[in-house]
Amino acid sequence: MTDETAVLSPSAVGPERPTAEGAGRSRPGQVWRSRRYRWDLRFSPYAFVAPFFLFFAAFGLFPLLYTGWAALHQVELTDPDSMTWVGLKNFTRLWDDEFFWNALRNTVTIGLLSTVPQLAIALGLAHLLNYKLRGSAFFRVAVLTPYATSVAAATLVFVLLFGRDYGMVNWALSAVGFEAVDWQNGTFASQLAVSTIVIWRWTGYNALIYLAAMQAVPGELYESAALDGASRWQQFLHVTVPSLRPTIFFTIVVSTIGATQLFGEPLLFNGGAGATGGSDHQFQTLGLYLYEQGWVNLHLGRASAIAWAMFLILLLIAGAARLLRGRKDSR
Amino acid sequence: MRSLRAGRLTYVVLALFTAGSLFPLVWTAIAASRTNTRLAQTPPPFWFGGNLGHNLQVAWTDANMGVALLNTVIVAGTVAAGTVLFSTLAGFAFAKLRFRGRRLLMSLVVATMLIPPQLSVVPLYMLIAELSWTDRLQAVILPTLVSAFGVFFMRQYLMQALPTELVEAARSDGASSLRVVWHVVFPAARPAMAVLAMLTFVMAWNDFFWPIIALTQNGSPTVQVALTGLGRGYIPDQSVIMAGALLGTLPLLLVFLVFGRQIVGGIMQGAVKG
Repeated sequence: MTDETAVLSPSAVGPERPTAEGAGRSRPGQVWRSRRYRWDLRFSPYAFVAPFFLFFAAFGLFPLLYTGWAALHQVELTDPDSMTWVGLKNFTRLWDDEFFWNALRNTVTIGLLSTVPQLAIALGLAHLLNYKLRGSAFFRVAVLTPYATSVAAATLVFVLLFGRDYGMVNWALSAVGFEAVDWQNGTFASQLAVSTIVIWRWTGYNALIYLAAMQAVPGELYESAALDGASRWQQFLHVTVPSLRPTIFFTIVVSTIGATQLFGEPLLFNGGAGATGGSDHQFQTLGLYLYEQGWVNLHLGRASAIAWAMFLILLLIAGAARLLRGRKDSR
Repeated sequence: MRSLRAGRLTYVVLALFTAGSLFPLVWTAIAASRTNTRLAQTPPPFWFGGNLGHNLQVAWTDANMGVALLNTVIVAGTVAAGTVLFSTLAGFAFAKLRFRGRRLLMSLVVATMLIPPQLSVVPLYMLIAELSWTDRLQAVILPTLVSAFGVFFMRQYLMQALPTELVEAARSDGASSLRVVWHVVFPAARPAMAVLAMLTFVMAWNDFFWPIIALTQNGSPTVQVALTGLGRGYIPDQSVIMAGALLGTLPLLLVFLVFGRQIVGGIMQGAVKG
């Protein structure tokens, strides 16, 4: 930042034209001006990208590497300055830790329960929004509104809606003759409830991404499909979905990353009972487990090991996705 | 396909989706206007009661909502301003300027998007503890002041929206880089800057994971952190919690009401080019 001001101080800006190279006899002022001009040309791109990299180095890269270092130590939140080298113990302990595997399992199931329906619904929704609609702007804004709601506010509302005794969901279920469900204590039920919050907040957002991609599909494709006698459903299946494949892939990757980091919903769905993710850890995710280890049980070293485990899992997923996509493209 | 007119069924389904999207928000307001006793009865209330003022007042004092809202405005505003400024500068450089290492640096920017925030949280906490920044707003602001998505978004926009000849013309008139940025880049980038500002504002306003670690409720929390405090009482008063949720959501909903179409356009634009 200081370099930037030195090279590009606003007072250096002059209305005069710099002399073209070799043109005219150079007076000292002109030499200085043209040199400054060349420096400006050469260094200002770096000055423009510098803030990003400086902030990233301080608050992104350094912590990233340091997490790996901390994961090899015993560090307590109460005294983060004193670190005792323990080697891979945090990782081996994790391997034998049933709560870690439980959290991993929950993260996967909640991830599937939230991502698959969310993207399927978003695709259908985008298809409907792609028709010539009266009030299309209204519908687009309306389905995006949950995106503007915070995790905290949304989860608190859904806790009430999913209440066992007086919640609206159970009331509606019993009104149509079903039995009430214990949404906070059943394993599948609670994971489904947590997933509902994710689906509610993100479906509209993904629908808009699909809609944007749909509008880029050339109309001739549909015309020729229609000429071949394809029904609307067949057109959707054989024209829209294949054209959207890169976008669908993109949303799957983004939602998977989001699902791996799920934190606020399971934390607050517990109704103030802490970071356990339910009475029996039935909806404790990896993100929540990391928080519990670090900021409830005060073991920062173990929390770091969980963070690295999460990162490795993400890399595995990314690698698998690459392989999968590579195979599809070559087909 | 685009020319196809929607049938009646399309409107019915879309209306249902809209209802599903808006219902939890409307019901937040309904629950916030009732008493805790009424919320603990079946059937749940479907219309507004007369307790809104009282609940808002309790939420306001119990969770220190005034301070929390002010803090959130400061955080989200600063983060949005910083992100827009730095993203526009970097995006312009990547889109229109030639310099050594450009490609490498740009792929580094994109690569940073893949790093999950959890990976940085422990050292980041140690760092801010070292600096005695816990419970201070800069602990939340500084680590989120730049965004790889923002750089990418502005670069994509400026590649198309800013004619290279315009930059070159200003250059050959002897304008310095800062002058070019001020008089050529900023005007051309303004629509994208507005969209990025709103997207960043929404994200910063709703951020939860890092603020709940960096800010405790005793210090200077953001709205999201303050809301979790409301739910933690011994006998949580649900109607008061809903009043708090309403207070934390309403400002963003107002932003949405005014700029909704631009935000929708921005998300769709980012999607196509991303």
